[in-house]
Amino acid sequence: MLKTFPKGGIHPPENKITSSKGIKRMTVPKVVTVPIAQHIGIPAEIVVDRKDKVEIGQVIAKSGGFVSSNIHSPVAGTVTKIDQIIDSSGYKKQCIVIRTDAKNEANFAEIEYPLKTEIELDPKEIVQRISDFGVVGLGGATFPSHVKLNVKEGVKIDYLLINGVECEPYLTADHRLMLEKAPEIIVGIKILMKALHISKAVIGIENNKKDAIALFKDLTKNESGIQVAALQVKYPQGGEKQLVRAILGREVPKNGLPLDVGVIVNNVGTVFAVYEAVQHNKPLMERVVTVTGKKLENPSNFWVKIGTPIKDLVAEVGGLPEGTRKLVNGGPMMGKAIKNTDVPVTKGTSGILVISEEEASRGKAENCIRCGQCVYVCPMGLEPHLLMNLAEKGMYEKAAAEDIMTCIECGSCSYVCPSHRPLLDYIRYGKNIVKKLEISKN
Amino acid sequence: MSQSIIISASPHVHSAKTSKKVMYDVVIALIPAFLVSLYVFGISALILTAIAVASCLLFEYLIQKYLLKSEITIGDGSALITGILLAFNLPAGLPIWMIIVGSLVAIGIGKMSFGGLGFNIFNPALVGRVFLLVSFPVQMTMWPTAVENNMSIADAVTGATPLGLIKEGLMFGDTMTNISANLPSNMEMFLGISGGSIGEMSALALLLGGIYLLVRKVITWHIPVTMLVTMAVMTGIFWMVDPESYASPLIHILSGGAILGAFYMATDMVTSPMTKKGMLIFAVFIAVITVVIRLFGAYPEGVSFAILIMNAFVPLINTYFKPRRFGSKIKSKIV
Repeated sequence: MLKTFPKGGIHPPENKITSSKGIKRMTVPKVVTVPIAQHIGIPAEIVVDRKDKVEIGQVIAKSGGFVSSNIHSPVAGTVTKIDQIIDSSGYKKQCIVIRTDAKNEANFAEIEYPLKTEIELDPKEIVQRISDFGVVGLGGATFPSHVKLNVKEGVKIDYLLINGVECEPYLTADHRLMLEKAPEIIVGIKILMKALHISKAVIGIENNKKDAIALFKDLTKNESGIQVAALQVKYPQGGEKQLVRAILGREVPKNGLPLDVGVIVNNVGTVFAVYEAVQHNKPLMERVVTVTGKKLENPSNFWVKIGTPIKDLVAEVGGLPEGTRKLVNGGPMMGKAIKNTDVPVTKGTSGILVISEEEASRGKAENCIRCGQCVYVCPMGLEPHLLMNLAEKGMYEKAAAEDIMTCIECGSCSYVCPSHRPLLDYIRYGKNIVKKLEISKN
Repeated sequence: MSQSIIISASPHVHSAKTSKKVMYDVVIALIPAFLVSLYVFGISALILTAIAVASCLLFEYLIQKYLLKSEITIGDGSALITGILLAFNLPAGLPIWMIIVGSLVAIGIGKMSFGGLGFNIFNPALVGRVFLLVSFPVQMTMWPTAVENNMSIADAVTGATPLGLIKEGLMFGDTMTNISANLPSNMEMFLGISGGSIGEMSALALLLGGIYLLVRKVITWHIPVTMLVTMAVMTGIFWMVDPESYASPLIHILSGGAILGAFYMATDMVTSPMTKKGMLIFAVFIAVITVVIRLFGAYPEGVSFAILIMNAFVPLINTYFKPRRFGSKIKSKIV
């Protein structure tokens, strides 16, 4: 029996059409647009000026506080503009625009580092390096990694979980990375284990990536501290609370963190970024992005420099097909729809999904027939139909009492609703108001 | 290009399930029982069903168009099911005007007065049936016997239902051994050659449809299985204590509306609880009330009353039997 989380979850069509496509390096863009708020927390502070010449990997915005992160220039070139530009959030955000220096060879050099297994840095230095080199969680939440690793005195941690689940349909960035950079990822895991002073790590991979499971099992057969857990394919297993429950059987308390049950979770992409930062002094300035969609000519996985406009990626896979109705930054379940292809790739961009007319349109919302499907699929044990009603009617205190804030916004409820009710839309709306009300109360 | 790009919040894909598909699955599941009713009662079953369905659809249309002035949703399959289920709960040969009145009550009072699909507290078809039962008790308990010629209209030759025979016999102090001589055999009841409402004839046909609903995941086992098992256990206890005064559990399950109620009426999504725990409680109480009415009440049959009574408790059940919130009590400890 494969492990999984017990309550709720769905199994949408996987559509992993790019799982056999090796990661190609994207052409270096002529111009990169780098937002200073690519992570959760305080935006970074810009430390360059217009017309400044910058080197590849140079810090262009410095961490703005405890929960913040450095931002590095992905190219060598000249800062041409510092301005408010619409990013994938749909809002204008402060961005640094850099024109790539076409003559600088560093921009185009293909650096393949030899595998370096020996970990020279001590735990403190490791965390400092991760902080300096701007590593954030690449699974989507973009939480600054060094903050996660700064475990308070007295908090007991015994497990590091590596999230190789990639439960979102379509996306294959983590899958390809696991296949192509497995030895590096294992070194990265050891680095994190050293930094956390723990001896046990488990890599969780869903069973639709049998090749990755086999590869990691083979590579870790002599590693007593690192295990591989093959997981049943079920969305949203990549949610960290679901992952901890699936692999270790531990239930993260309501409003708590995996830390509360002695666990730290990191995505495989993050682990690879940690490896490069610690072993090869490479800042986080590129990532793997899956560019996919059923109608695309040549959907693929790419190594992409942060700040690359999404239109470059779309052009690389054959352009937007006729009848494109939706562009999504991320996967189909939790990704964000974007308005056009001008927005740049950021540290949190795991995929670009192009959705056609047939798939994009939502059905007309009808009356709730009280079938209870939303209740069965909710992995958090909530009652989405009830929360939607409460949010719609403005009964926010009741919604808070019904645990609306514990919703992880996985979208399983909206996915299954036979009446096409916009459950998650209203729950999100309710959450926002509850959050505001609670702030004003304190 | 950006003209045609739409923005909406996640999720961006949908399971392609629709309420309509769910409703039509129920209709498909009712086909075997309908065919049996045609076989047993001939054209009068067809007339009954056609009138009930047509009037349910018509009343929903008229109410939406002229009273509520809202969108017309008679195509969603829900009024269709109400019509079929109402017909299935009526005796063949019921006067046509009574079928129409029953449909009006089912749709008008049972469903639309609460706000239409999804808002009704009581199962509309049962509201219609019980209204007819208490208003026209004579006509509602005239059970035509199976017709020899399928094309003839069931006439006034009436027999009693097995449950009716038992109730009557026991009331006059007869023993089960004597009463059983007049009852159809268990096999006859299973296949569907006994008196009663047109849809509750054949346990076999109803079970076939029920299995279809289970396979299609329209319903889960919780309500039907719990309800039937509880009924069997309860009637079984009485039967074992005194087999001459109480009918066997098999008779109780196979006769009357037990199976029709368990698979098609009590499982109605709108009027049943939302959580599995709630469904179990709901089903147990339906069974208990049914058995109490059957054994000790004035009516020989109590499934309709039991379901309606428990329908009223569904909001309460939903309030008290909630799914367990993730992380609400921490069982797991750090090892």
